[in-house]
Amino acid sequence: MTLHSTPGDRLEVVGAAPAAASTGSTGAGLVCTGLVKEYAGVRVLKGVDITVAPASVLGFIGENGAGKSTTSSIITGVVKPDGGSMTLDGEPYAPSGPAEALNRGVALIHQEIRLLPELSVAENIFLGRLPTSGGRLARSRMESEAREALAALGVDLDPRRLVRGLPIAVQQEIEIAKAISRRPKYVIFDEPSASLGESETERVLEQIGVLRDAGAGVVYISHRLEEVRRTSDQVLCLRDGQRVASWDTGDVPHAELVNAMVGREFTYQHSAPAPATDREVLTVRGLGRRGAFEGIDLEVRAGEVLGLAGLVGAGRTEVVRAVCGVDRPDAGTVTVDGRELRRGDARAAIRAGVVMVPEDRKGQGLNLDRTAAENITLPWEASLARRGVVSRKVVRTTADELSKDLDIRGRLHLPVASMSGGNQQKVLLGKWLVRTPKVFIIDEPTRGVDVGAKMAIYEIIRGLAAQGVAVVVVSSELEEVLGLAHRVLVMGGGRNRGVLTREQATPQAVMELAVLGTASEGSTGTLTTSTTPQTTEGQDR
Amino acid sequence: MSAPTASRPQPASPAPVPPSPRDRALAVARSLPGPLVGLLVIFLAMSFLSPYFLTSRNLLNIVSQVSDVGVMAVGAALVIIIGGIDLSVGSTLALSIMTSAWLFRDHGIPFALALVVALAVGALIGLVNGVLSTVGRVQPFVATLATMSAAAGLALYITDGSPVTSFPDWFLLLTESVPGTPIPVEGVIMVAIYLGAAFWLRYRPDGRALYAIGGNEEVARLSGLKVTSIKIRVYVIAGVLASVAGMLTMSRLDSAQPTAGAADLLNVIAVVVIGGASLAGGSGTMLGTFIGLLIIGTLNNGMSLLNVSPNLQPVVIGVVIIAAVMSDRGGRARLRGGH
Repeated sequence: MTLHSTPGDRLEVVGAAPAAASTGSTGAGLVCTGLVKEYAGVRVLKGVDITVAPASVLGFIGENGAGKSTTSSIITGVVKPDGGSMTLDGEPYAPSGPAEALNRGVALIHQEIRLLPELSVAENIFLGRLPTSGGRLARSRMESEAREALAALGVDLDPRRLVRGLPIAVQQEIEIAKAISRRPKYVIFDEPSASLGESETERVLEQIGVLRDAGAGVVYISHRLEEVRRTSDQVLCLRDGQRVASWDTGDVPHAELVNAMVGREFTYQHSAPAPATDREVLTVRGLGRRGAFEGIDLEVRAGEVLGLAGLVGAGRTEVVRAVCGVDRPDAGTVTVDGRELRRGDARAAIRAGVVMVPEDRKGQGLNLDRTAAENITLPWEASLARRGVVSRKVVRTTADELSKDLDIRGRLHLPVASMSGGNQQKVLLGKWLVRTPKVFIIDEPTRGVDVGAKMAIYEIIRGLAAQGVAVVVVSSELEEVLGLAHRVLVMGGGRNRGVLTREQATPQAVMELAVLGTASEGSTGTLTTSTTPQTTEGQDR
Repeated sequence: MSAPTASRPQPASPAPVPPSPRDRALAVARSLPGPLVGLLVIFLAMSFLSPYFLTSRNLLNIVSQVSDVGVMAVGAALVIIIGGIDLSVGSTLALSIMTSAWLFRDHGIPFALALVVALAVGALIGLVNGVLSTVGRVQPFVATLATMSAAAGLALYITDGSPVTSFPDWFLLLTESVPGTPIPVEGVIMVAIYLGAAFWLRYRPDGRALYAIGGNEEVARLSGLKVTSIKIRVYVIAGVLASVAGMLTMSRLDSAQPTAGAADLLNVIAVVVIGGASLAGGSGTMLGTFIGLLIIGTLNNGMSLLNVSPNLQPVVIGVVIIAAVMSDRGGRARLRGGH
């Protein structure tokens, strides 16, 4: 194993693939040097070097937000880097867009499936480059070529049928067929298994083997470390936009991979939170929603911060949306101060003092075209009105007071879109703090927020807990969850994988629970509750 | 915007900055272009081109001419603000007046009561539109297209296509002038409706919610607003206002025509769009709509005074719609309603 700490190091390709026999300085392969990317002033890639050799599989791991997807977007021309350079088999490579990347032989298989349901399988595979003869669609040629592409993957599927109604796993295979029908030299798989079951994943892994044997260089991005270990010839780990470790073999011990993913210095020293009270405010029992999560039990006391950790797709957001009535759960109960909430009734939840700051600020949190002040008062106008009239004054004073409390900098009477991400996030928090809530749920509290605002938001969350509010923090940033929470509930695959106390909740323990489902002897954490899906569904009323 | 150009040091207090005079002036300057400037230009041009244009009699005439479209445009603007569309306003107008006229003539129902029924018919069609497009998950364009067709057919069916005439004298006063003044009663009614709607949109919690719903329905729902019931209510209001517009038409002509209102739909939507609302929802004001109404009214009136062929007049309206929408794009955010 080689653990690099400086971004300048170059991954050395060991002769796993004879075809990749190095050809001197202009060596074959896709070589990225010092890739840099910034979003809104935040540097998400800080000089990343990657080399993908032909006829080999590079496993690409890292926590949520480590920069994996950004890197693959740069390589496939979806976004342009702010720094660094790339070469493709010795030639300079700077794709102007996905189309050029494809033409140069670099294909991306996206995490989400993006097929057109009303077109046939063959049309989807050849979308944008339908074969013609004499100005007309060469339907039979298209279909036979599509059949070939599918057969190469070992898929037996009629290319004439519509995509609508096909299982997700088959759609994923069509995506792969679509990518390889262009005979790419390099293929990037961005978490192809996120939506697949075990046997389907197995198929994808086999197909990756087929591609490699045909001479393609494959980048395999996944959170499932077991798959990465089995598939990869090399493994590369990113953390905070930097390459932190690489191995010239796929056979790396789990613990080593996990350590590389999480082993960062804490950038913010969270002080221990004030002790929580014993009074249970929020109680959730047997909560489940088909296809999303099941058997979720949790309780939060007054003054307590419960962290919800887990990888993307573990079902954390879905759970909190069901708790606050935004989505309707199929099973289970949500009780606040001893009173059961009506299922799937967001208004009732708000009346009972349960509020949620959603992760998607633009789509679900703020109305960007309206002013900050209007956004803040939106949920409360009926109670702010005097004799049915919402005066400008009450809107302004309400917003003014909050902006002082939360230190919102920016003009409250201008559209909130004009504010910085951090201030927008504070406006969004403020919207739910006009009345002190009983239960405050916050999903990704600091997404797209600069460091200064981050600290301020942490202080707001601590302050709320100190006031006796029951707080739930959902976050993909481990250090955030661990720093804020009294207890951490780790989710995986829509289940509660275990609850760790603040003392037990080391990054390693949380990551092991999230990735593997069990805490191994190597971690300091132990399971306090190991919830297997129980038959709570029958308890519906 | 860039960091190095820090101007004079800001006071350390992070207190929110109240709107400075410069901000206000900018806001005014930004809100001026578009509809209002267009209206002023048309107004000046017509004053030069026709000596008759700038007489009080003609100006009041314009108000009378646009009153029914104006009342319907209020409802249409509300629907467009929530991100919907109502194609059925013209048919609703026709069906509601035909129902009341038929009840009055053939069934001896007192006319005042028949008018109440007309309002109920408008409300009912609005309710159907609202329920279909929310609970029924039919796109509002399709839902109101269906009710447009159905209501238009029913309006013809009731009296077998024949108009009904001769209403009580008191009813005709609706389109006379206010006693002792030259101001038409219908103009007063229309302005009152605009003021009422503007107040609702700006100061009442449920009215203000319209912008939130049109801007981002998910945000509105997560904020605990009664999105479905507010949307249904907006369609009902649009239906009732179409009935009111029908009464003005019926009073002016002293006749209920089953095809009345059929030509109004495009004008109604044009008024709202010229007034700065976006069909994407979330924007639009009553002041803007009123200015849009005056632009259409002034243009039609002026072109008639100048003997422009009536067949060419819609062409000019078409050009104006495009000009208004394109010129409005830059300053769109400034014109939006609320605070």
